[in-house]
Amino acid sequence: MSDAALPGARIALVGNPNSGKTALFNALTGSRQKVANYAGVTVERKEGQVATAAGRTLSVLDLPGTYSLRARSPDEVVTRDAVLGKLAGETAPDVLVCVADATNLRLVLRLILELKAVGRPMVLALNMYDIAQRQGLRIDLEGLSRDLGCPIVTTVATRKRGIDDLVAQVESQIAAGAINPDSTWREPDAGQIRDAHREAQRILKANVRAPERPDTFTGKVDTVLLHPVAGLAILFALLFVMFQAVFTWSKAAGDLMTDGFTGLGGFVAAHLPAGMLTSFLTDGVISGVGSVIVFLPQILVLFFFIILLEDFGYMARAAFLMDRIMGGAGLHGRAFIPLLSSFACAIPGIMSTRVIDNKRDRLTTIMVAPLMTCSARIPVYTLIISAFIPNRQVLGVLSLPGLVMFGLYAAGIISALGVSFITRRLFWRGAVEPFLMELPAYKLPDPVNVLRSLFLRGKIFITRAGTIIFPMMILVWFLSSFPGAPAGATDPAINYSLAGRIGHLLQPALAPIGFNWQMTIALIPGFAAREVAVAALGTVYAIGNADAAPGALATTLQHHWSIATGLAFLAWYVFAPQCASTIGVVKRETNSWLWPAVMLVYMTALAYIAALLVYQVARASGLG
Amino acid sequence: MHDMLAQPAEALTASDADAIAGAVRLSVARPGDRGVIVDVRAESHPGDHGVGVDELQRRLLEFGFVEGARVEVLHEGAIWRDPIAVRLDEMRIGLRRRDAEDVWVLLDPK
Repeated sequence: MSDAALPGARIALVGNPNSGKTALFNALTGSRQKVANYAGVTVERKEGQVATAAGRTLSVLDLPGTYSLRARSPDEVVTRDAVLGKLAGETAPDVLVCVADATNLRLVLRLILELKAVGRPMVLALNMYDIAQRQGLRIDLEGLSRDLGCPIVTTVATRKRGIDDLVAQVESQIAAGAINPDSTWREPDAGQIRDAHREAQRILKANVRAPERPDTFTGKVDTVLLHPVAGLAILFALLFVMFQAVFTWSKAAGDLMTDGFTGLGGFVAAHLPAGMLTSFLTDGVISGVGSVIVFLPQILVLFFFIILLEDFGYMARAAFLMDRIMGGAGLHGRAFIPLLSSFACAIPGIMSTRVIDNKRDRLTTIMVAPLMTCSARIPVYTLIISAFIPNRQVLGVLSLPGLVMFGLYAAGIISALGVSFITRRLFWRGAVEPFLMELPAYKLPDPVNVLRSLFLRGKIFITRAGTIIFPMMILVWFLSSFPGAPAGATDPAINYSLAGRIGHLLQPALAPIGFNWQMTIALIPGFAAREVAVAALGTVYAIGNADAAPGALATTLQHHWSIATGLAFLAWYVFAPQCASTIGVVKRETNSWLWPAVMLVYMTALAYIAALLVYQVARASGLG
Repeated sequence: MHDMLAQPAEALTASDADAIAGAVRLSVARPGDRGVIVDVRAESHPGDHGVGVDELQRRLLEFGFVEGARVEVLHEGAIWRDPIAVRLDEMRIGLRRRDAEDVWVLLDPK
């Protein structure tokens, strides 16, 4: 750096949701951004860098969207505190950049009036200005700038238009150095909000003329997509296509990764001397982390759809359509997306509950998300179904195995709704969070922004795999490997390990649900991820490579288990919290050990009761 | 009108509603109904919103449900005709009927 380099400065992007704030952030910072969490809270912190023409480096903070500085959700608390310079571990921004959808100014004008009271220099970016022009919206930029007391830049973030102007305006605000840190902002009461609206209305009337060609597209599309019958039918059709895609598009990539991890494990095993280190690398690290990472393709396909629909403006409509259906079970309409994600994997599902404002709504959603049939259950279901459910036709057209699979999915959904309903009735009575949601105008998603968001999601999942899943895998490996088998042992080594001892210890407790000691032991490595139970069963029944040849394992299980036991095992897997990573993510997202403990207890209890019922009823029906 | 709202919520009773002749709660409006918002109160379901009626009122106000704004019901959900989608000036907003109870609308004559 030369001596002439100007000191760096910080800017923060503030604005309503759906104002194109993230697109503007991407246009400003390009690939120079990093995502982390704010200290102590589970709110995503996105920061990037941009250089001004004068040679100053600006660090840009993308704050969560908000309608008001009066914070209602953890996201909005971060926005308020960051704007006020009160956020722990953060320096106050030198300049605020308020991002506004030029076609939808009313609410953001009120937000700007609040931001002005903070006293920091501000630049208003009128984003999506191309759409405003196409609609024939006339905005008197000079007049608006005068009335608001801040410079205005028009931008089209998706086409990178106006970005240089914006940076130049920020630079001149910093150069002017007109920082007045004496914030006069106080939480407004109802009367003050009304006054601010009246002022915003006056400014709007004085400077903006109604569009000559207003957007009629959104209204027309909504007539179909929000239709009480057609709208729901389209939503379910979309979901169907989405799930088809999740499981078919990602299959090749998922299989390739599974093969890759198996190959890597084999390579390490072949080139390192057999021993604890090799076992740690192959069984602990590679197969453990691999068993979770292989879900990345599915997660990416699912998020591709979610991001696409979100950017198009459909997700708010999906929440609208589902609100009453989910509301009957005490869930918020916004819980729809997290629960949907949980069909691929509960981890991204739980992470995406951050969009839910209310703490109780969010906790309820987190607690029921793992009941959704995640794709890690599929290998277990497939194995048991192929071993115990005869491939018969039912009613001429339906196959019995398919029907059982459908039943297992339905059991997951119904139990999630039931648990949430009971939680609401018994523990959090009455408190129903208001449902107020903007239904944004439909917009064509920008491919670059979609890919960028997708990349970000993938990166976050992999980071989690590194920080949460990894230690859990080591723990599970340790339990399954220590102590090692004594010399001359004939049984599989896991039998002598801590996991084996715990399995034998727990076996009497699991006998009433029809589990033998081999199954009980397999449940412990199965905590690494649900589908690991398949390999673990292979280990305890001493069938090498059970993943690759499920047929052999299925045959063995048929000999060792009764049908009642097989069915009880299925029932167990609908409910059991057999996923250490989920528990770890719940701990992280709730910042407490209480909720993961509650989850562990309630899901285990449900699993036990369900397996007990199934086993006893099946035995009574002569399937024992 | 705003002086009246400065009173505690308990002071607002059904008789106050009659003060604005012909106004109805937004929560009972049907698709196609349109009109002007004449009052946004803080009184329905006290203690039952999880956020308090004053907080609900402020949220409604922040979303633009403010006296003088034009509102039109566009769509309603399949189950119990809930929630509703409304056009509020140039915006579209989805909300539950129970949360719309404190918004009083003077409907245009049909």
